[in-house]
Amino acid sequence: EDLRVDGRGCEDYRCAEVETDIVSNTSGSARVKLGYTDILVGVKAEMGTPKLEKPDEGYLEFFVDCSANATPEFEGRGGEELGTDIANTLYRVFSSESSVDLKSLCINPREHCWVLYVDVLLLECGGNLFDAVSIAVKAALFNTRIPKVRVLEDEEGSKEIELSDDPYDCIRLNVDDVPCIVTLSKIGYRHVVDATPQEEACTLASLLISVTSKGTLTSMKKVGKGSLDPESIFEMMETGKRVGKALHVALQKILDEEESLGTSRQKVGFLG
Amino acid sequence: KRWKVETNSSLDSVLLLSSINLPGGELRRRSVEDELAMRDYLQEGDLISAEVQSVFSDGAASLHTRSLKYGKLGQGVLVQVSPSLVKRQKTHFHDLTCGASVILSNNGFIWIYPTPGQKDEESGGFTTDLEPVPLSDREVISRLRNCIVALVTHMLMLFDTSILYCYEASLPHQIKDILKPEVMEEIVLETQQRLLDLEG
Repeated sequence: EDLRVDGRGCEDYRCAEVETDIVSNTSGSARVKLGYTDILVGVKAEMGTPKLEKPDEGYLEFFVDCSANATPEFEGRGGEELGTDIANTLYRVFSSESSVDLKSLCINPREHCWVLYVDVLLLECGGNLFDAVSIAVKAALFNTRIPKVRVLEDEEGSKEIELSDDPYDCIRLNVDDVPCIVTLSKIGYRHVVDATPQEEACTLASLLISVTSKGTLTSMKKVGKGSLDPESIFEMMETGKRVGKALHVALQKILDEEESLGTSRQKVGFLG
Repeated sequence: KRWKVETNSSLDSVLLLSSINLPGGELRRRSVEDELAMRDYLQEGDLISAEVQSVFSDGAASLHTRSLKYGKLGQGVLVQVSPSLVKRQKTHFHDLTCGASVILSNNGFIWIYPTPGQKDEESGGFTTDLEPVPLSDREVISRLRNCIVALVTHMLMLFDTSILYCYEASLPHQIKDILKPEVMEEIVLETQQRLLDLEG
């Protein structure tokens, strides 16, 4: 019997809204509304020095801020723990080499590279934070436009970086392999996708898996006080892969649709 | 001696032991054993339906369950809405014709539950039926829950007729589709139309 309180099946997501390019002073931004959960992600591309162990790659930095408006528990510094938790999960999800092509972010090996600062802001908590955050991050990365730079060498050997003047001359990131997180919560004997806050309160344990659009699992994390049977973990992984693939297809469709509308698109933003 | 009850008000309400309908009849004297045995009937986290007996000077309400229709609530779905959207009526307990029953309380807590088969006289409202609810009943309850959420999102008053009309308007759609914005608007417009026709 596949019926939840709001009529959804165990593998159905709630109605989601995704909008990109809403914050004007960022390189890329996205807002995702999944039921009552509202997430805003802004990506800023800045120049920095590459890490010592990876001299010819750029890197991503994640920062998650839980707004005090999101839920009463976040009053004052209550949301910091959850914020660092989500940020660490994002680092883990993106730690795989195939997620984002970091070599394209390199300008000058060992000297200059692009650093993408991804800022996540939780505007409202309505259950299923990790999924919504990962969808928003993927949409924001898709929307990110990094200006093209040219490296000029002087006679003395010092390098100068020239930023292209044309604002439309930029490089885009390939987000085909960016994974999305799917949270599977165990309630009783079954597991559900996209839990509402009431369902989360009944969950003893849940499994967070990150799935790419091809269906490959890149990371897995178990949260909660309860225990999970190894058999149920297998089942949850299979469900997660199935649901993840469908999620990627739907998200890509929406992003492509938005893209095709181009500059004539009416932005709803925060005032609509 | 007394229970503290959360009722979506500015202060927590109070349920005195002497105001509870204990099994065994009305004329039982509340003794010390009753206090200790209270945990068998009610525990922290339970949902109850009760009536306001009086209001203290600071604004806290004093509740009582002195009738057989009040007591602990068993299996069902709770929907929390704004209290201003619940129409003030004489009866709060409604048995809807679609196959479920609903309690519309003035504090905004709406309880949807499967219509009980037969009236159980002796228990006094404190036994919980833990039998699995059949799928057909669960579908009716889920649909009602989504309809109530739809009505509340569009700021329509909640009373038995409006909920019933909304339920009937939603029948052509799948239960989970009711929460989609376009479908929700369609259903609510139809309900509004029928309600206006009823008045006019």
